[in-house]
Amino acid sequence: MKKKKEHRINREWCKGCGICVEFCPKEVLVLDEEGKVKVEHPDECISCGLCEMRCPDIAIELV
Amino acid sequence: MAVRDYLRERFMPHIWCPGCGNGIVMNNLIRAIEELGWNKNDIVMVTGIGCSARISGYLDFHTLHTIHGRALAFATGLKLARPELNVIVPMGDGDATAIGGNHLIHAARRNIDIAAIIMNNQIYGMTGGQYSPLSGYGAKATTAPYGNIDQAFDIVELAKASGATFVARTTTYHVKSMIEIFEKALTHKGFSVVEVLTQCPTYYGRKNKIGDAVDLMNYFKDRTVPIGSKKKEQDPSLIERGVFVDEQKPEYCSEYAKVIERASKG
Ligand SMILES: Cc1ncc(C[n+]2csc(CCOP(=O)(O)OP(=O)(O)O)c2C)c(N)n1
Ligand code: SF4
Ligand code: SF4
Ligand code: SF4
Repeated sequence: MKKKKEHRINREWCKGCGICVEFCPKEVLVLDEEGKVKVEHPDECISCGLCEMRCPDIAIELV
Repeated sequence: MAVRDYLRERFMPHIWCPGCGNGIVMNNLIRAIEELGWNKNDIVMVTGIGCSARISGYLDFHTLHTIHGRALAFATGLKLARPELNVIVPMGDGDATAIGGNHLIHAARRNIDIAAIIMNNQIYGMTGGQYSPLSGYGAKATTAPYGNIDQAFDIVELAKASGATFVARTTTYHVKSMIEIFEKALTHKGFSVVEVLTQCPTYYGRKNKIGDAVDLMNYFKDRTVPIGSKKKEQDPSLIERGVFVDEQKPEYCSEYAKVIERASKG
């Protein structure tokens, strides 16, 4: 199994487009009240890296 | 290195609209370069003008932000002078196939060792949503409020017919294959063309009532298929993605070096 990774989110760079939220296979992410990405269900994350790769603003880093 | 280490962070966040596909192309181009382990100092990125062309400003390589449509002309001169450098030319569809169409076909014909990445959003983003040679029949644009009557180019067919020795198509939805295709295109010796279907939610998405960035990416997911897929036989309107051409032919700079050698012998 892949090593579990943590999201490092850059709130200054996130523009709230919702791409990462929509295409996460495990529905881990949401947009918060300020329209920025938030990791709502970290336990569900499979560290597939798709959110990190599909973010147009390079605002998600998995570490 | 982390993806951020390839950015000029002082210019971030970038100027692109929320959800603009140009950022996804930049993100995964960095990942491909990281996979290849290339030194930033051995890379030159040359761009023209357009939203997409602004990519050169954000990346920490040697960069030239030149004039609309002429990025390949600048890149050709640069590559001939410094053939040891890796030259990457990202372009918009207008930049590459409208004003820059001639440069594209002739760079392909010469098979010069440059990687051309065409971020095809089917519209002129920077100047306010005018139709491009990729908008296609029936598309809506600022300059075609009643529907476009121009037929679209097919970038893959154009590149193939012009002699490009590596030709591929991918989309901003298919990020894993985008990285693989970029790696192949960048390491290919000769002229490579990668078309990336890239969303412009602000103009193309809105004008054509397809919706936002997510809707456009869903469209790429649903309307494209791998080369040779059975689905395409049933629905010929589906767009194929993958590597169409990957072949070796004499490369322009290497041939030019031989001319210099012949001429030096007298
Ligand atoms: C010689 C010249 N003609 C026209 C323009 C105006 N202009 C700037 S960008 C552009 C087209 C942009 O479309 P595209 O190349 O597809 O890139 P995008 O903005 O969609 O990424 C045009 C016509 C210019 N800057 N220079
Ligand atoms: S894809 Fe990036 S910019 Fe868009 S909401 Fe997610 S983190 Fe923010
Ligand atoms: S790594 Fe994969 S599963 Fe985890 S949040 Fe990102 S897209 Fe979802
Ligand atoms: S206008 Fe279109 S191409 Fe330009 S930054 Fe906005 S979404 Fe991207």
